Amino acid sequence: MMEKKEMSETKVKRSILARLLPQLRSLSKRGPSGWMVIVGIAIVAALVTMTAIAPWIAPHDPNKANVGPLRSPPSLQFPMGTTALGQDMFSRVLLGGSVMLQVSAISVFVCFLVGVPIGLFSSYVGGNLDKAISLVIDAVYAFPGLVIAIAIAAVLGPGVINMALSIAVVYIPSYFRIVRSQVLSIKELTYVEAARSIGAKWYTILLRYVLPNVVPSIVTVLTVNFADAVLTAAGLTFIGLGVSVDIPDWGYDLTKGRELLSSGGWWVITFPGIMIILLALGFTFIGEGLSELLNPKLES
Amino acid sequence: MPLLEVDSLTVEYKSSRGIVRAVDDVSFSLDKGQTLGLAGESGSGKSTLGLSIIRLVPSPGRIVKGTIKIDGTDVLKLSQDQMRSIRGQKVAYVFQDPMTSLNPVKKIGAHFVEMIQAHEPNTKKEDALERAKTILNNLSILTERINDYPHQFSGGMRQRIMIGLAIAMNPDLVIADEPTTALDVIVQAKILDLLENLRRTYGMALILISHDLSIIMERCDKIIVMYGGNMVEYADSTELHKNPVHPYTQGLLRSIPNIELTDQKLSAIPGSPPNMLNPPKGCRFWPRCKVPKTMCKEKEPFLINIGNDHFVRCFSSPEEGAKDIE
Amino acid sequence: MGLRSYVITRIILTIPTLLLLLTAVFVMMRVLPGDPVALHFEKKATPETMEQMRHLLGLDKPLWAQYADYIGGIVDIGYLLQHGYPNLGKSMQTTTEDVGGQIFSAFPATLELAIYSMIIASVIGILLGVAASKAYNSVWDHLIRGFGIVTYAIPVFFLGIILQLVFGVYLGWFRTGLRISPTVQPPAHITGLYTIDSLLEGNLMKFVESFKSLLLPSLTLGIILSGVFIRLTRTNMLETFRLEFVTAAKARGLKESTVTFGYALRNAFLPILTMVGLQFALLLGGAILTETTFSWPGLGRYIVDRINFRDYTAIQGAVVMFGLFVTLVSLVVDILYAYLDPRIRL
Repeated sequence: MMEKKEMSETKVKRSILARLLPQLRSLSKRGPSGWMVIVGIAIVAALVTMTAIAPWIAPHDPNKANVGPLRSPPSLQFPMGTTALGQDMFSRVLLGGSVMLQVSAISVFVCFLVGVPIGLFSSYVGGNLDKAISLVIDAVYAFPGLVIAIAIAAVLGPGVINMALSIAVVYIPSYFRIVRSQVLSIKELTYVEAARSIGAKWYTILLRYVLPNVVPSIVTVLTVNFADAVLTAAGLTFIGLGVSVDIPDWGYDLTKGRELLSSGGWWVITFPGIMIILLALGFTFIGEGLSELLNPKLES
Repeated sequence: MPLLEVDSLTVEYKSSRGIVRAVDDVSFSLDKGQTLGLAGESGSGKSTLGLSIIRLVPSPGRIVKGTIKIDGTDVLKLSQDQMRSIRGQKVAYVFQDPMTSLNPVKKIGAHFVEMIQAHEPNTKKEDALERAKTILNNLSILTERINDYPHQFSGGMRQRIMIGLAIAMNPDLVIADEPTTALDVIVQAKILDLLENLRRTYGMALILISHDLSIIMERCDKIIVMYGGNMVEYADSTELHKNPVHPYTQGLLRSIPNIELTDQKLSAIPGSPPNMLNPPKGCRFWPRCKVPKTMCKEKEPFLINIGNDHFVRCFSSPEEGAKDIE
Repeated sequence: MGLRSYVITRIILTIPTLLLLLTAVFVMMRVLPGDPVALHFEKKATPETMEQMRHLLGLDKPLWAQYADYIGGIVDIGYLLQHGYPNLGKSMQTTTEDVGGQIFSAFPATLELAIYSMIIASVIGILLGVAASKAYNSVWDHLIRGFGIVTYAIPVFFLGIILQLVFGVYLGWFRTGLRISPTVQPPAHITGLYTIDSLLEGNLMKFVESFKSLLLPSLTLGIILSGVFIRLTRTNMLETFRLEFVTAAKARGLKESTVTFGYALRNAFLPILTMVGLQFALLLGGAILTETTFSWPGLGRYIVDRINFRDYTAIQGAVVMFGLFVTLVSLVVDILYAYLDPRIRL
């Protein structure tokens, strides 16, 4: 039974790679922007993989206290040092990404699932409904994102889902707006009119004509959204609205590591910090590269 | 000494897909007070030629060969500062689209003041404004409008303002790049007349760039016909009227509709302009020529002087080209 | 239309936006699951105490009545004139202190931080953006763009901590946690902005001292925000360079610096100005984190403290304040925009 499962897993991995590799190769031909995307994907993939296989390769239980001397700097035995409670930083770093990845993934997912349909529907229907929805969305959009996230998280309480939801609310307007601007410009194009004149139903038009044109912009927003979600999640944790203490989390270590700084301990805060920066950078690279590829500007 | 002497000028654009020779080995001269017409389709290199005279070819374009002498001085050898003092003062340029050539956030008067003070730094603002008002007057624009912004004027008036800016420093040469293309026909004639008047009043030389050969034939002393970056015909306009030799020139003349003929079929030159990244071998025009010879497809023709200071870049002798222009 | 009528129209239009904003905050705080009072006491109080608190805060009234109280309190001009701040309810923690008062005393610190950060961000952004655009596709261009991208990916508090560590602890140049050196009396309160007030007082020493405290936090926030300005300036400058009126200006023989700054930048500036307005929202978010990092006594730190105390009226009041601030800034930006670009007014 185990063999069959492993085999099908390998098959899936192979087919994903088989489809991805040629696309990656074509990306690399598209100049520096293409390379940016590849590097970004590589970084993100590496971090995701690291987090995924961490439970198997972490040398110590990240939460177990006193596996080593308290507050010791990086050494051969503990390559990233230990915390104030004597936990192994290396293990904590390996596993610490899971919260962040989960939170950002869920929030992006929710954002997308809510923002895109509302955007499509509202802009396609138009009229007063569209105006009303846009007004509300614009009010949310103008608001400082972190403030909204803080307010919601404060009321909802700690936890991965709650954090994800508070972040999601902040970024829904971005999807709405980009979808809406695209739909508005496509809506009036002749070939949509032609489709309508032959009696196509509104959902057909939306799905088959409008959506494919909107997808490129959504993808760009998606990747930037991921980066923002990671940073906002870190921010929320820093303020104290994060997850509970017994899950290793980069954001949490950043907060705790700060206390160690005054006595000269730099390692607790640095390594998780670098990880967060890498994750955000990875997504940003993908987003930047994609946006340049999809909207080539300034061609000579 | 001629005012402007261009010799073997070549301008290349370098792109990721290859090199484009927008201007290929062009030579001509222009005397004080003369009018030169540059005719050709879009992409023939006429605009690039005009811009290279004041060394404002947009990157990635570069002047790779040749000399451009203004009053005997080769401007390609001048420093940026020296070039700057020539631009606007000795040689002025009127751009094609008046909508996009003026600074939208600057008042009209400010445009003039800025320019005057750039060339004559000790001029007081009030004096500069007075000069601006005089110019506006000559252009039939109400002087009260000196404090208005560009978007408050119509296209024709904006073009007149551009011309006003061009002549403000009394240049010796004005290059007008498609000065009428963005305007309607009636305004076109007015602008051209205006240019002509100013030219005569101030004794300026004028280079008129246009794809409209009829305008050029009417108003220019000398004419250059450009195709694919090459000069294909160069003559005085009276000579060209009597004796157009190059098949392209003849094609252009044939395609000008004649309002007096009631039964005329519109004739056009078949085919499309050459791909400048990969121009045809031999003469660049042969794919569209009615009478190409074998030699035309193999070797590039050179300029031949067929008398009367009439130069043609073609292997066909004058007699063989079809000549029914009526 | 003329500038004046545009300004008046724009100001009038702000009112419905404000109303919408206040309503949105109300909805957000009330409609979410969870009983604020219970959460506040964290189930450590008797039901009677909780009932008392609910009554005091008006939470036992029906929802529409609460809404009416809420809006009524804010627009209560009499209260505003009497106290110098609007009625935003009472703090859950002390029940005697006015949230409005607390917010208004914390606000100037945030305002000062925001202004200086924005100045630093835009100056860095514009200068680097112009430089990158002029050195298009060169090594410098890529380096500058890279800088912009990387700074955006750094969590603002991480950068703050590093700067604090390097300049505050190791080098000992700056201190943190205070707006001015502890040995110096803060200047007389005119605007609440220590730097301005010290200048108004004519006291240079106080100015320097308060500036020193301000430097690190605003530098942190400014660097993080500059990335957006770099990219925007660069893109706009590149686009503007290609516009014909820039070439036309060169053709008239104007100097390179005149063309770059008077023509290209002047026209590219307008979207940058809009971006300043849009970025203010981001700025405030970053300000919260920065204030927490540097223990800067502003509205951001206030809201974080209140979260720890589970003081929901205070949190609500602070959120309203942020919203008001953002609306005001966007109003000012719109008016400035109309002033700079005459085309908008028509």
